[in-house]
Amino acid sequence: MIEVEKLSKIYPMGEERVVALDGVTLSIGRGEYAAIIGPSGSGKSSLMNILGGLDRPTSGEYRFDGESVGDFGDDQRAHFRNRRIGFVFQSFQLLPRLSALQNVELPMIYAGQAPGERRERARALLERVGLGTRVGHRPTQLSGGQQQRVAIARALANTPDLLLADEPTGALDSQTGKEVLQLFESLNAEGLTLVVVTHDAEVAARARRRVRFHDGHIAEDDRGAANAKPA
Amino acid sequence: MRRVELVRFAAGAIVAHPMRSALTALGVVIGVAAVVMMTSIGLGAQESVTKAITGLGTNLIIVSPGSNRQRGVVSLGAGQEISITDADADAIAKQVDGVAVAAPLVAGYAQVQADGANWNTQIQGVTPDYLVARDLTIASGRMFDDADARQGREVAVLGPTVVKQLFGEDADPIGRRIRVGDVPFQVIGVLASKGQSGFGQDQDDLILGPLAAVRERVVGRKIKGDAVQSIFVKATAPEMLDTVQDGLTDLLRDRHRLREGQDDDFTVQNMASIIQAASAAIQTFTVLLAAVAAISLVVGGVGIMNIMLVAVTERTREIGLRMALGATRSDILLQFALEAITLSLGGGLIGLTLGSLGAFTIAAIAKWTTAVPAWAAPLALGFSVLVGLVFGAYPAWRAGQLDPIEALRRE
Repeated sequence: MIEVEKLSKIYPMGEERVVALDGVTLSIGRGEYAAIIGPSGSGKSSLMNILGGLDRPTSGEYRFDGESVGDFGDDQRAHFRNRRIGFVFQSFQLLPRLSALQNVELPMIYAGQAPGERRERARALLERVGLGTRVGHRPTQLSGGQQQRVAIARALANTPDLLLADEPTGALDSQTGKEVLQLFESLNAEGLTLVVVTHDAEVAARARRRVRFHDGHIAEDDRGAANAKPA
Repeated sequence: MRRVELVRFAAGAIVAHPMRSALTALGVVIGVAAVVMMTSIGLGAQESVTKAITGLGTNLIIVSPGSNRQRGVVSLGAGQEISITDADADAIAKQVDGVAVAAPLVAGYAQVQADGANWNTQIQGVTPDYLVARDLTIASGRMFDDADARQGREVAVLGPTVVKQLFGEDADPIGRRIRVGDVPFQVIGVLASKGQSGFGQDQDDLILGPLAAVRERVVGRKIKGDAVQSIFVKATAPEMLDTVQDGLTDLLRDRHRLREGQDDDFTVQNMASIIQAASAAIQTFTVLLAAVAAISLVVGGVGIMNIMLVAVTERTREIGLRMALGATRSDILLQFALEAITLSLGGGLIGLTLGSLGAFTIAAIAKWTTAVPAWAAPLALGFSVLVGLVFGAYPAWRAGQLDPIEALRRE
């Protein structure tokens, strides 16, 4: 599904140039559950931004289902993010003014869905993540774990092909973090492709594949250990 | 993406900060209210002045004695030479083209008595044509005619106010006797009411009597011979006013034997041109006031721009998130532009209401006919939208240009 070839990302920093990604080649198939790991500055966030269509590579190819996303214009990328990608952020990124339900509705609004339909779907999604009784709550009335589950429901709103999570448990205690990971696993079991960026070894251990980044290169691609479900 | 949703986003953001939104819109509120009030007051003043002048009669030219240098001043001081006469009026009526009537007038204030009641009012000595010139009508009884005038009868036609003051409401004064100064007059008619003039003057507070009788017996000491204080010349049609003015000026110069280069010894006032001049003056003033008021509208716009820039900075993360969720740059731009326009339009609506209320209040106090023009509403609201659009454009553009990654990272 995802094919990345000789992908480079270079940021100009005044006179100097920072090479975040240096000729990365990677492919991720449909239904995979991959963790991208590595120390900060290793290029994993840059990769995620490009995979999510938030950023453009400096050079190289990024194909998503055969489409060359790297060549998309602004509006095309907005459409791509809206329909194909679901984002989950470390800091949840919920809009505080809106209720859980309204937050989940947002991507469907940008997709142009009718109000009745999208409300129904948002409600169903919140039920799916175990928040069926909290639909009217504001983010401030929810715990961190609940907020992250709202964010996951929002990421699933337009039935994306790929769920991109950036340190999804980074702001959660270990118990609620585990709940979120369990949710990921069950979503993956239903066929959703997942890419999780993390530097937490425990989180990475639960993925079925680990891609380790170092200095803009892939240092290790570990598909081996099938330790997806430790006791 | 439906545009309606963007309006809802914009409205939601405004409602989220009610106090800030109200203060931001206040500049536009004040600006629009001021513009509406100024134009309404200007138009009200214009209308009342026009009404006051047309209250004197339409298609009218007024000839008064004295040169242009003493324009409009009808002084009755002793020794003042009054240069226009009955005969001048006659000549104008007969010899100038386009004249319907030419009605000479003398006037003075006098104490009037009847049945022990007392009233001080204006008595005007006129000819029957005066009714035509001034658009007056008789409500009951009759107007005096040429026969009354020839025989020097002391007969009078009263204005409704005088009737009320001397005889009481709804009284029938026809045939009753009154004393104007020392002179007894018999009431033969009552004028139909003309109400208040635009200046708040009671146009019904007067007595008409035959020219000769009034001149000789009431205001006699001040006016010699067959002189008159004014001649009301009515043209047959508004288009004829200029022709009539030129014609009667030539005629009077001729009759008064004025040589070329010598100043007129009379003044001609054309009602149409007076109205025009007065309206133009008021209009200039109105435009000036409205322009000053419009400046506050611009200041209001700058206030909106300022707050919108703050909002864009404050909500950078929200913008980044919306972009990540699929908002295009133009979705973001439109959302913020709509927010500015909604603020401005809301301010405009409130301003329009307050301005109209203010205009009505002032009109009520000044006894003007209120004139909040029908076009004030679309104009005020159109301008508020324009202000929102102009001053919201830059902040909205900035919002649309944000880099989603940078924006999401912002704390």
